[in-house]
Amino acid sequence: MMQFMLLFSRQGKLRLQKWYVPLSDKERKKISRDLVQTILARKPKMCSFLEWRDLKIVYKRYASLYFCCAVEDQDNELITLEIIHRYVELLDKYFGSVCELDIIFNFEKAYFILDEFLLGGEAQETSKKNVLKAIEQADLLQEEAEAPRSVLEEIGLT
Amino acid sequence: MPAVSKGDGMRGLAVFISDIRNCKSKEAEVKRINKELANIRSKFKGDKALDGYSKKKYVCKLLFIFLLGHDIDFGHMEAVNLLSSNKYTEKQIGYLFISVLVNSNSELIRLINNAIKNDLASRNATFMNLALHCIANVGSREMAEAFASDIPRILVAGDTMDSVKQSAALCLLRLNRTSPDLVPMGEWTARVVHLLNDQHLGVVTAATSLITTLAQKSPDDFKTSVSLAVARLSRIVTSASIDLQDYTYYFVAAPWLSVKLLRLLQCYPPPEDASLRSRLSECLETILNKAQEPPKSKKVQHSNAKNAVLFEAIALIIHHDSEPNLLVRACNQLGQFLQHRETNLRYLALESMCTLASSEFSHEAVKTHIETVISALKTERDVSVRQRAVDLLYAMCDRSNSKQIVAEMLSYLETADYSIREEIVLKVAILAEKYAVDYTWYVDTILNLIRIAGDYVSEEVWYRVIQIVINRDDVQGYAAKTVFEALQAPACHENLVKVGGYILGEFGNLIAGDPRSSPLVQFNLLHSKFHLCSVPTRALLLSAYIKFINLFPEVKGTIQDVLRSDSQLRNADVELQQRAVEYLRLSCIASTDILATVLEEMPPFPERESSILAKLKKKKGSSKLPDMDDSRKNVNGSAEHAEDAEVASKVPSHTFTDNLSVNSAPSSGASLLVDVFSDFSSAAPTESSDEHFPRFVCKNNGVIYENQLLQIGLKSEYRQNLGRMYVFYGNKTSTQFQSFSTSVSSNDVLCSHLNVQEKPVDPLIEAGAQVQQILNIECVSDFSDAPVLNIQFRYGGTLQNIAVKLPVMLNKFFQPTEMTSQDFFQRWKQLGAVISPQQEVQKIFIAKNQMDTDVTKAKLLGFGVALLDGVDPNPVNFVGAGIIHTKTTQVGCLLRLEPNTQAQMYRLTLRTSKESVSQRLCELLSEQF
Repeated sequence: MMQFMLLFSRQGKLRLQKWYVPLSDKERKKISRDLVQTILARKPKMCSFLEWRDLKIVYKRYASLYFCCAVEDQDNELITLEIIHRYVELLDKYFGSVCELDIIFNFEKAYFILDEFLLGGEAQETSKKNVLKAIEQADLLQEEAEAPRSVLEEIGLT
Repeated sequence: MPAVSKGDGMRGLAVFISDIRNCKSKEAEVKRINKELANIRSKFKGDKALDGYSKKKYVCKLLFIFLLGHDIDFGHMEAVNLLSSNKYTEKQIGYLFISVLVNSNSELIRLINNAIKNDLASRNATFMNLALHCIANVGSREMAEAFASDIPRILVAGDTMDSVKQSAALCLLRLNRTSPDLVPMGEWTARVVHLLNDQHLGVVTAATSLITTLAQKSPDDFKTSVSLAVARLSRIVTSASIDLQDYTYYFVAAPWLSVKLLRLLQCYPPPEDASLRSRLSECLETILNKAQEPPKSKKVQHSNAKNAVLFEAIALIIHHDSEPNLLVRACNQLGQFLQHRETNLRYLALESMCTLASSEFSHEAVKTHIETVISALKTERDVSVRQRAVDLLYAMCDRSNSKQIVAEMLSYLETADYSIREEIVLKVAILAEKYAVDYTWYVDTILNLIRIAGDYVSEEVWYRVIQIVINRDDVQGYAAKTVFEALQAPACHENLVKVGGYILGEFGNLIAGDPRSSPLVQFNLLHSKFHLCSVPTRALLLSAYIKFINLFPEVKGTIQDVLRSDSQLRNADVELQQRAVEYLRLSCIASTDILATVLEEMPPFPERESSILAKLKKKKGSSKLPDMDDSRKNVNGSAEHAEDAEVASKVPSHTFTDNLSVNSAPSSGASLLVDVFSDFSSAAPTESSDEHFPRFVCKNNGVIYENQLLQIGLKSEYRQNLGRMYVFYGNKTSTQFQSFSTSVSSNDVLCSHLNVQEKPVDPLIEAGAQVQQILNIECVSDFSDAPVLNIQFRYGGTLQNIAVKLPVMLNKFFQPTEMTSQDFFQRWKQLGAVISPQQEVQKIFIAKNQMDTDVTKAKLLGFGVALLDGVDPNPVNFVGAGIIHTKTTQVGCLLRLEPNTQAQMYRLTLRTSKESVSQRLCELLSEQF
């Protein structure tokens, strides 16, 4: 089972964090700090897996973003690597050639997509079509419900 | 700004995020955030009611601030409000906020659960999924309590949408992991297994994870999943790659599902049914064959997905460990990967081969790759890969190649990364000991270790070499000679001085015949290192000196002079000073006979588990290590350690002999020479708990005990005078619990009234795992005390003791009895009149909780009696009846509970045919309101 997933930039800024095990806020911060440091220190051609505490870390860099997952001892590293890739594909398809900024400005979408793909630390739906269908249906729901807003409200002055 | 802004762009949020990004410094960012927080706070507090959109926007901003790493202490209520919005996006943001900022704020949890309940009942798939995702993300006990029974129903209902089924399966999995005691097995279990046959591959993918977890916990209940999983797997591996449409990933058919199915099969031994077994073998062979086919795509995703399935198939082959042909094929395949240009594959091949090395069928095949592995150790550029190579060398080592492997590890040690040196030292030490045919090689190896990596040689390692030298008289002379020679080096590591001091002190006489190593030469050599050493080493050397006085009377004068010098007798360190004073005095006044007795050679150490092995296990988690020396393990491990610790603490630490550290009982005071046992376990004081006990009077399931390490859950069922209790022990840590054992104790009175028989429990609980134990209970006659469950285990080095009062109470053996009003009053009068007044027990007490009719009813039913409606003329009173079953007798009980809401009090009356029963039942029940 996946214990958590972190997305962070080359500068070490955390862009997304998803925890599948209950941990205190303090522990989460410590783990993220430790791991970001460890991974950023590694050289590009190195292996994508490493042992860390009693977990296996699987990570991969896409452009300026690192995707990093922690899985348990019996878990399969390669399939985890492809979980990362499929998630990147989903983001890419949804945002249309995704970049770090998309994830910063639409972090809530990134979470929604992740929830459709992985739940409780396990792959829920691996078909790209089905995941995107679910998200698009949701988007449709909100567009119908959305009433036009005044300009003042739109720029956040209310 | 984002290239695309899909859906609802919240402009205000985007502006805020841009602002934050434009902040030039951390201070500016904090300032901007504080401004925003103040703004949001005032909006939330303001008189003007916020519309849904604004609420959503502000909640989303708070979430963003939290994700930046700042604390958020408000907004929860607004987020909860969003949950019940009928606009989807508002609901969605509300759920996201709750999922990320889990807060077991009890008031809110009720509101959140309410919203979830509504969404689950909405029959709208999108809403249901949101609710299920939230439960799966939070996974708290409160949610488990509220929804553990609904979700299985949703999961197996015929009309549930596929996507909801998927969410429900993984939601249930999460609850099962966090609160297994609250997720009851039921008739749904059989139906869950059949989800493996579902047409929708997404449903199968989600369900397989759930089934795997459930099967790990209760394999027998899920046995039927084996044939279904094999059938499913077989269909996948033989399908043409386009058959599975969108579940094909870079020309690999359903790789995630395949991996999950192979994992599920690893919960079971090889199938017994011959046709099933051969079908599975065919699948595995097909997977191995595919690895040899030319790739269908050059993309790395293709090869990764394909190899993910391959590695999982190999894991299953190793798990079955029954088909030599498959094992050898697996080994050859991994051998190819050892030289693959992909670092990832080399890493995984090394890792997977480690487990293959422990199978008798493939051990030899693994050994043929030794040269490749050694070259990996020398040439790999990534330390994590080199680490795997060390692990594999360690795993493939046996008598035939031990000299080569130890030599390679030693030479690697000279340049090894600092992060893995200590582990390599431990491994070398263990291999050298295990495969030593002649112990001179062993002594050489350890001294080499100290020479090359002295700083990384832990106490355990040099303690161990001393234990072995003392226990084997064939090596003592050689050891003395070797350390004497090693000490000649102008600069030698302090660990060498320690080993040298100890060994020459014991066995220096064996080489004293040679004039080049005469007693005086030996002494001068040791003493030349003295001033460069730390206090503990000096203390050890002083003990070696007094031993010299016994071994070599001719150097007595020289040594006494040293002891008498101011630098010793007036040393600032108390320990050194005391040793000098005492040793000097001993050497002056004791006769030769007494000296010889006090300073006799150390007796052999009792054989016990190598402390080095224990240390390595602790470092790595023992599951990864092949068990190296079972024969050495002491059977009654924990008990003996506890005794040791006790003995040690009883011996006063400054007795005379103790400071000499001769052959007396090991002491904690002067630990240097005697601490070779080293594996002392400090025992933590017993923690006893009965705080949750009262909660179980009216219910049978729940958590009875929890601390930072362990959670104990209970499920119990009772019929007549018999009961069965399932105890779940959950390891909350990321470290294994060892020597886990339990016992149930009852006091003298209780044990004649109640029998509790415990089934054996697994002595190991892996990190994060849970084990189950069954207790069978028989009520012989009525009782009032409760049995105590004593739990003992080792966590890290510490022995943990926990005592939990088991919630087995008399009322558990109730059978409810329905009766008419007429019968009830007839019995009531009989019991009141015929027998002595003590058989009626009455108690008037103040309500501790809110006086709620439904809650009271539920509690009385939970207590075990039947509630009789319309019996009491006053409708607010409760009347109940039941029979307590014991082996020897049955006791009829009638009770009446009269609430007085004005006074906030109750009157409870019990009439039974036995005084002690009335008394006990009244005690138990009156505490519940």
